[in-house]
Amino acid sequence: RAVPHAPLPAGRAALSRSGPRPRHAGGGRQEEEEDGEEGCHELYPGHIPTSPLQKALLAAGSAVTALCDPYRHDMVAVLGETTGCLALPHLRDKMKRHPEGHRILQERPRIRLSTLDMARLRGLPDGSLGREYVRFLEDNKVSPDTRMPTKFVDDEELAYVIQRYREVHDLMHTLLGMPTNMLGEVVVKWFEAIQTGLPMCVLGAAFGPVRLSARKLQVLATELVPWAIRSGRNASCILNIYYEQRWEQPVESLREEIGIFPPP
Amino acid sequence: AAAGLYPCRTLLAHRAGALRALCGSVRGLAVGPDTHFGFQTVTEAERREKIYQVFESVAKKYDIMNDSMTLGIHRVWKDILVHKMNPSPGTLLLDVAGGTGDIAFRFINYVRSVRERQLQRKLKHHQSLTWQEISESYQEDKSKSLGDSQVVVCDINKEMLKVGKQKAQYLGYSEGLSWVLGNAEELPFDDDKFDVYTIAFGIRNVTRIDLALEEAYRVLKPGGRFLCLEFSHVSNPLLSRLYDLYSFQVIPVLGEVIAGDWKSYQYLVESIRRFPPQEELKAMIEDAGFFKVDYQNINSGIVAIHSGFKL
Repeated sequence: RAVPHAPLPAGRAALSRSGPRPRHAGGGRQEEEEDGEEGCHELYPGHIPTSPLQKALLAAGSAVTALCDPYRHDMVAVLGETTGCLALPHLRDKMKRHPEGHRILQERPRIRLSTLDMARLRGLPDGSLGREYVRFLEDNKVSPDTRMPTKFVDDEELAYVIQRYREVHDLMHTLLGMPTNMLGEVVVKWFEAIQTGLPMCVLGAAFGPVRLSARKLQVLATELVPWAIRSGRNASCILNIYYEQRWEQPVESLREEIGIFPPP
Repeated sequence: AAAGLYPCRTLLAHRAGALRALCGSVRGLAVGPDTHFGFQTVTEAERREKIYQVFESVAKKYDIMNDSMTLGIHRVWKDILVHKMNPSPGTLLLDVAGGTGDIAFRFINYVRSVRERQLQRKLKHHQSLTWQEISESYQEDKSKSLGDSQVVVCDINKEMLKVGKQKAQYLGYSEGLSWVLGNAEELPFDDDKFDVYTIAFGIRNVTRIDLALEEAYRVLKPGGRFLCLEFSHVSNPLLSRLYDLYSFQVIPVLGEVIAGDWKSYQYLVESIRRFPPQEELKAMIEDAGFFKVDYQNINSGIVAIHSGFKL
């Protein structure tokens, strides 16, 4: 591939470059790297193209960091993106085959404070999805805007799929009735692992409990995880629900429709 | 035509390229000449802004990232710089782009230990002192542990200076140290003020290197020394390949994992490749008026120390 040469600004001999590009040691891969950073292969805003080696390093690094510091949500996100290359197409196809999921892929709705009418949701009757979702956000002091945008997925549609999964995560908490503490997160991860098959969820489900106390572990193992697994298996794909059009629907009814068993 | 050379540049540069094609020389006056930001082409003003943002963003994790990227070796490089400087007590040092204070602290440590050795030698010569003289010498020690040496840390970035000040407080450095917000291209100091001027891993980020070198010349006293520690070019082909591989594959990943900031570290490795190699920098330093300009490669050219004197 031709290497562009930076034009020398007039009268600035002092800044002359002897070599505008690095030696092409790694050959094609590196060139692609550098070009990619400049927007050549930027498939969506925020996309950072990465080589397979970089993805592997990112996956390893983010896994270790996420385990050491669970508050590094960005690392959990990166882990999901770098390891999801098999699970994401599978999820996307599931969405394509389902009428509601297909519509979601077409319309690409985003769950953000700017797109949600919080006042309206708060005004909905207790027990409805919208009301319970807002209650969940307020009780746990979280906001839908803190989700990381996708960076390392090299397909524009798959990038949306994982973004959708992230934004729907809080709704999962609401539907499963789980808080955002470590225990609640692990339970949701078990559910999501069965549902999506994303390696990040599987790893989170497997390693998350490491940080729990013995008592919590017991509750987890005897009640919560079996329930999460049963629900996950029984439920239809959670990404196939157009949540934004179901704010008025009661949570109970939605649970039944999807196939989530009542929480213990 | 120029725009055609950069089919894959960012929107910013695209606009710049299109404008250039349209407006020709007039644009040069209005928007500013072009320069590079890593591998992108930007105007000088844009470059300054982007670089400011990079360091604002990395400031808090700067030291951790340095240790991770270089596996701690950057400490050795900085030690070598200060040893090469070999400052004696009473030296006035200006450390430009000194942000988090690494060179300044090393300077202080070095001067302190030289001073201690001086005092010990003095004491040895005066084996039999009166009690009066002994107590006086203790008082003298207290006020002159640095022997009037001083270091001024100058940086263009407020965040980096903030981190540096916090570090100084944490590590217990207070004497002989001052922090100044300033631009290497236009230093807020008088002519002929400093004995030594250092710039460690900073000159790469300066937009007009020639101006920075001229300013360095201006503020140094006659007889003063210019020292520059910077990433440079590796000529050994095998090492160069490994270095490129490590730089482009590993460093941005480290940036993402440790600092949550891929792009700043991508900029870092790109800016290293864009920086003039050893001989070219030597020529630039000579152009600014320095004499006896020389450089020392460290680790086969991964890093180089350039030195020059104002005579």
